[in-house]
Amino acid sequence: MTETTATPNPVRERKVNLHVLGPVLALVALILLGAFLNSNFLSYGNVTNVLARSAFIGIIAVGMTFVITAGGIDLSVGSMAAFVAGVMILAMNALIPVLGIGVPLVLAGMAVALVTGLAAGLLNGFLISKVGIEAFIVTLGSMGIYRSLTTWLADGGTLSLDYAARSFYRPVYYDGLLGISWPILVFALVAILGELTMRHTPFGRYCAALGANEQVARYSAVKVDRIRMGTYVLLGMLVGLATIMYVPRLGSASGSTGVLWELEAIAAVIIGGTVLKGGSGRVWGTVTGVLILSLIDNILNLASIVSPYLNGAIQGVIVILAVVLQRGRKSAD
Amino acid sequence: MIRRNFLKSAALVAGLASAGAVAAQDESYTIGVAIPSATHGFMGGLNFHAREAIERLEATYPQLEFVLATSGDAGKMVNDVEDMVATRNIDALVVLPFESEPLTAPVQAVKEQGIWVTVVDRGLSVPGIEDLYVAGDNPGFGREAGEYFVEQLGEGDDIVVLRGIPTTLDNERVEAFEKAIEGSGINVLDMQHGNWNRDDAFNVMQDFLSKYDKIDAVWASDDDMAIGVLEAIAQAGRDKEMWVVGGAGMKEIIKRIMDGDPQLPINVTYPPAQIATAIELTALAMVSDTPVTGRFIIGSQRVTPENAKDFYFPESPF
Repeated sequence: MTETTATPNPVRERKVNLHVLGPVLALVALILLGAFLNSNFLSYGNVTNVLARSAFIGIIAVGMTFVITAGGIDLSVGSMAAFVAGVMILAMNALIPVLGIGVPLVLAGMAVALVTGLAAGLLNGFLISKVGIEAFIVTLGSMGIYRSLTTWLADGGTLSLDYAARSFYRPVYYDGLLGISWPILVFALVAILGELTMRHTPFGRYCAALGANEQVARYSAVKVDRIRMGTYVLLGMLVGLATIMYVPRLGSASGSTGVLWELEAIAAVIIGGTVLKGGSGRVWGTVTGVLILSLIDNILNLASIVSPYLNGAIQGVIVILAVVLQRGRKSAD
Repeated sequence: MIRRNFLKSAALVAGLASAGAVAAQDESYTIGVAIPSATHGFMGGLNFHAREAIERLEATYPQLEFVLATSGDAGKMVNDVEDMVATRNIDALVVLPFESEPLTAPVQAVKEQGIWVTVVDRGLSVPGIEDLYVAGDNPGFGREAGEYFVEQLGEGDDIVVLRGIPTTLDNERVEAFEKAIEGSGINVLDMQHGNWNRDDAFNVMQDFLSKYDKIDAVWASDDDMAIGVLEAIAQAGRDKEMWVVGGAGMKEIIKRIMDGDPQLPINVTYPPAQIATAIELTALAMVSDTPVTGRFIIGSQRVTPENAKDFYFPESPF
């Protein structure tokens, strides 16, 4: 691996394209397979469904790309999403008498979600970079904490947004601009901004430097703690953003919201070609990874060629294959 | 799992310490209740009804004392049961086994010490240990739904089915459903697992809707899944086309049936309040000579707009 240097090198452009090819090939193969198995696969409705439902994991996975690139990991994002959704629903229900049902209520709810996500990310980041506990342990702990807090808030049941408020808020998931629904637009925007940040800002380069070699980064005057904390805060805020898109879909949160999202997000990042031990991150790759994961589910549902008991096994095989394809290309360089 | 247990065991130990001092008088009895923790809607309801039943019984029978332990996994539940016997000297145990296999030997050990054992919902893997078995009716749950489909649909009508987490319980329900609709000419287009989860059910139903142009009805087999299914149908704008039958009696769904929602004609119960039945019967066995040994199977009932108010518990979290 020679990608530890911070400055992009135009001569390496061709090689980078080869790296990108693995996951893209897998994605194209899946799309062809889907189109072959079911004529509705490429219909407007199905494509919109798949993209919109990828958006939650996708937005989170973009943030996860930064955390992993900087050599960290965050296992708490799934339960954090559940917790943020729970807090957001409670806050919105409580604010109805004050704000009434309308745009201010929705904006207040969104602000609560972003702030809760930011606070949760800040807490993770603080414990990891200032207190110096391993990211795996901190986020394993906060994963349990957020999950039980959600169950506790919901009294073991489900938190539901007030019906009228929900009807007002619902278009945020189901409507959109020019036939493209909001979650897809937000996901696209986050991906583009993420790619720009990763490639063209000091923050992105510092993340890669930190993930590649912390000592060297420290001696190169990179504010290591601050960058590391920054990745977790960014991820927390993106979890908040994903929740803003998630809550209007079903208008509820419970202890079973967002289960295993963390692993899906991490898997998407790795399928996309970011190295699990850090040092090199690709946001576009992550987007490809997210799409691959959702398409597998979609195709299995549309095709029903195998017993549904085996869905998990097929997903596993495709995830591993996508990474093998990509690593194969890499070693061939 | 371990994470979740930490606080709970601390709470349990504290509870034991404070109450342990109350020495058992001759006519007083202690009943231990061990149930899974409230990780999803149904268990949340079950926890609610367990607490309510205990409160009610403690008020009615001053000579009864209860120890309630909720566990996140089978191992923790075994510890809880052992602690109850060792430190609280319980006279009866009401247990909803987290899993049948790992709980069988520990519960058998409890029984061998002469303690009354009531098993709820999931049976132990060795028959004849328990004094009383209280459970919902899984085949009945599938059959009741299936019979409604047969009444409403006929030759050539198409339905889709969402299944729960792959388990024996789910298999029993689905087999009974399939048996009930056998020979009716109803065509099951597809079955997929929605894992008793709203989000999963939403995704599966979206895909069913993309795949099939004609669906006459959906057996969502659970109310959490029914919520996801209804949302997917609304998104596709096909609300007029099909109705949905969930199950288990979640309060939001029961409310909509009560209000005569055409999309939700009926529901089939699988009451989380069965834990209350078990605790009440066990209490009766302690304080009186009322015979309650045997098996008590709570039938899965059909909820219709007419009788829905009898199944509506607005206070319960489920």
